[in-house]
Amino acid sequence: MRRPKPPLFLARAPYRRRRLRDAARLLPVVGIFLLLLPLLWTQDSRMALRSGDVIYFFLVWVGLIGVAAAFAAGLRGGDGTDDEED
Amino acid sequence: MPFNLLVLSCLLYVAFLFAVAFVVERRAARGRLGWLRSPLVYTLSLSIYCTAWTFYGAVGYAARSGLEFLTIYFGPTLVFIGWWWLLRKLVRIGRQYHVTSIADLISSRYGKSNLLGVIVTLIAVIAATPYIALQLQSVVLSFGVFASAAPDGSRPLDPGQTAVWVAVGLAFFTILFGTRNLDAREQHHGIVTAIAVEAVVKLVALLAVGSFVVWGIAGGVADVIARIDAADLSAWQVEPGRWTGLIFLSAAAVITLPRMFQVMVVENEDEGHLARASWAFPLYLMAMSLFIVPIAVVGLERMPAGSNPDMFVLTLPLAEGQGALAMLVFLGGFSSATSMVIVESIALATMISNHVMIPLWLRLRPGAAAADDLRSVVLMARRLAIAVVLALGYGYYHVSGGSAALAAIGLIAFLGVAQVLPAMLGGIFWRGATRTGAFLGLVTGLVVWAYTSFLPSFGPGAALSQAIFADGLFGLSWLRPQALFGTQAMDPITHALFWSLALNVLAFCLGSLFTFPGPVERLQGAAFVNVFEGAVGPQRWARGQVDPEALLGMAQRILGEETALSFFQAAARAQGKEGFLPDPTPTFLDQLETRLSGSVGAATAHAMISQLVGRATVTVEDLMAVASESAQLLEYSAQLEAREAELTRTAGALREANEKLTQLSLQKDAFLSQISHELRTPMTSIRAFSEILTEGDLPPESVVRYGKIIHDEAKRLTRLLDDLLDLSVLENGSVQLNLGLASLQGMLDTALTAARQTRPDREFLVIRDLPSEAIYLKTDADRLTQVFINLISNARKYCDAARPELRIVVRQRAGRVTVDFIDNGKGIPKDSQTLIFEKFARLTDANRAGGAGLGLAICREIMTNLGGAVAYLPGQKGAAFRVTLPLRLERQAA
Repeated sequence: MRRPKPPLFLARAPYRRRRLRDAARLLPVVGIFLLLLPLLWTQDSRMALRSGDVIYFFLVWVGLIGVAAAFAAGLRGGDGTDDEED
Repeated sequence: MPFNLLVLSCLLYVAFLFAVAFVVERRAARGRLGWLRSPLVYTLSLSIYCTAWTFYGAVGYAARSGLEFLTIYFGPTLVFIGWWWLLRKLVRIGRQYHVTSIADLISSRYGKSNLLGVIVTLIAVIAATPYIALQLQSVVLSFGVFASAAPDGSRPLDPGQTAVWVAVGLAFFTILFGTRNLDAREQHHGIVTAIAVEAVVKLVALLAVGSFVVWGIAGGVADVIARIDAADLSAWQVEPGRWTGLIFLSAAAVITLPRMFQVMVVENEDEGHLARASWAFPLYLMAMSLFIVPIAVVGLERMPAGSNPDMFVLTLPLAEGQGALAMLVFLGGFSSATSMVIVESIALATMISNHVMIPLWLRLRPGAAAADDLRSVVLMARRLAIAVVLALGYGYYHVSGGSAALAAIGLIAFLGVAQVLPAMLGGIFWRGATRTGAFLGLVTGLVVWAYTSFLPSFGPGAALSQAIFADGLFGLSWLRPQALFGTQAMDPITHALFWSLALNVLAFCLGSLFTFPGPVERLQGAAFVNVFEGAVGPQRWARGQVDPEALLGMAQRILGEETALSFFQAAARAQGKEGFLPDPTPTFLDQLETRLSGSVGAATAHAMISQLVGRATVTVEDLMAVASESAQLLEYSAQLEAREAELTRTAGALREANEKLTQLSLQKDAFLSQISHELRTPMTSIRAFSEILTEGDLPPESVVRYGKIIHDEAKRLTRLLDDLLDLSVLENGSVQLNLGLASLQGMLDTALTAARQTRPDREFLVIRDLPSEAIYLKTDADRLTQVFINLISNARKYCDAARPELRIVVRQRAGRVTVDFIDNGKGIPKDSQTLIFEKFARLTDANRAGGAGLGLAICREIMTNLGGAVAYLPGQKGAAFRVTLPLRLERQAA
């Protein structure tokens, strides 16, 4: 269905809001990367569970939660209506 | 710890949960939920993801396979911090289209196909049964730990008996709070709050035992780290495939598990809550798993070899003599198990009743949609389904004997429900996904999952024979259940995950690419995929010929009388019409369908409306026409559209007013001749008899007789004039009201006694509910009684049933009182319903029993003066009038 053409350039505040959404979309991708990273360390040589691994995973976890919490406040405002999308 | 004390505290805890659910339901019924609708409760209710599997099993998992248990929480964490991708859309769709379950979502997206709903329900039930058995098993195991730790060493309860009691208790709780009413949106505030409480209990319990282990047994954080390094958890070897696969699997499960869908989408009150949960729920998961590794490591160190690591959380404090802590842990585990079972069985019961039982019932009794009270049938079906689900869970527990390690069953169940994922994601992101594609994908996934994972889980020689395991199906070696197409390198769960989802997606995509969707399917596809772009242009219903009264009748049977009436009234008002019956426009049919689907699911709602409307769903041609029309429409500004809607409304109102005026003008002519006749008849006899009297020389008895006739006729004339005068005073609003407190019951008693004079020969059965009438009103009692007398006399006069009955129903809501007078006659024809309140309107002359047709007009004016209204109530199988008035009428400053 044809929709009215969105404006090509945006003011500062909406521009920031959009980038925040992009960041929110990127967050899980970063998360996947960080959670799969240890696969590259713990191949053959190290078999046993090390405390370092535990601490690494929990640090990543806390980091992701913290960033998501910081994003959530900004994302809640816009309700994602037509002109706000992308 | 004495075993009896354990049972007692368990019962007390359950009673506490009952109380919580009960109080919240009461508050919800009064519309005062307040902080109970906060994001906190929403987040906590999501914690049913952490079942007894997490609570007890995670430590066992960590003891057996190191950090792998974390994958089960990483998946949901990624899904939630990435809520902007998927969850936001899912919740929006769920709210906008009143989705009641995951089966409803799939069936609704693919053209309201009930077949897909049935398949998803089937998958969910098969996958959930072992999972529910797992919860029962964990409760029984934890009871067993206490029993064996009891001083006398005796076993007060045998495991089978415990499981039965737990299952029956859960069924009772779930039926009590899960099927109390048929909500428009299928929400259960009481249960959600009880689950939030349980979430707190299990978190506190796990944190408490974790702190005890770290600071009580071990010597603080540094010591624990040293012990982890020293511990021999050598079994842990990360396999990249399994690690990635399990993260993916848990991410898929958190979206597709029926119970998660229930709390995440169906019970969602506000989309803003999701933003908060996006980080708070991962935080909860992290807190839950924070102490898992320390408990596992210390447990392996301290507990005797061969003890079950799944029970370390409980046995560790017991072994250290911490009875109270063990008690708390026990309640935490009990919470995790019960909350999961309750929500899962509600979600499954909704699916089973909406997609299996009700359609079957409607199929078996084709006329039922218009004949019976469907609400009680739906509720009964739900209750039955809950009992069936729990019985299945118990049956599985009983048969399997509850031996396998907890984690294995959990992962198999995850994989089962994950088969819904392709159809679901495809459905909300890809408009090209079709019903055939979804059907093929689901069936393929179900079959492959059953063959590679579910059936082998019973062990070689149980469900699948030894030969099949070794040589494959039909002796084809590339069909071995755990090495399809020769892929032997993967472990069983990764293998099953890989093949079931790969073939599922393949079948789904190919099926979608090569088939052509039907019109309803395309509409639903567009509506779901573009849910953020506002309402979808085309309507789902063409303008059909349907009697709104029949629609109202059907809606009443599903939504309940009051809700349906107010819904219809609101719709009628939006169309600019008075009364309870809107025109059956496509928009209205659409709204009605959405509303009904909140109670019985989209497929059933659609089927029921089509039963009444007939073949009125759209065709592809309609679609194209509407699409090009709406493309043109979009070029107009929004203002123009709003104005157009306004104009349509005004035009509707005008048309209605015009019709009414035309009919009134006819009525007026009729009245003029009527009133002249009414005035003339007594006048004629007065004149004639007074002439006779003036002539004189009559016997005295004749004088008396003629005088009496003159007197009677004059009285009739006065009464008529009084009525007219009364009416004009009321219409001017200059009437003096005599306000005071009066009992509604008293007024009805008076009115019934007074109305008995009308046709005293008829036996009339009056049905009342005295307790509901015990209301004191501040109003003008005499005037109100006059209205009641009039309505009751009318019923006595005009009700044409052989055994006439009059039902008086009193309801009180939000400061207003409604009194319904419903008789069992044949009612008033639809085209006359708007006229009866007009002056001098009288429908038939068959029952002329005096009066000039002013009664209802006077009633209406009185009610207007009393700040209320009187209206005809359609759809009650008889003539029915509703009197609405305020509980306390304040004197206006006039």
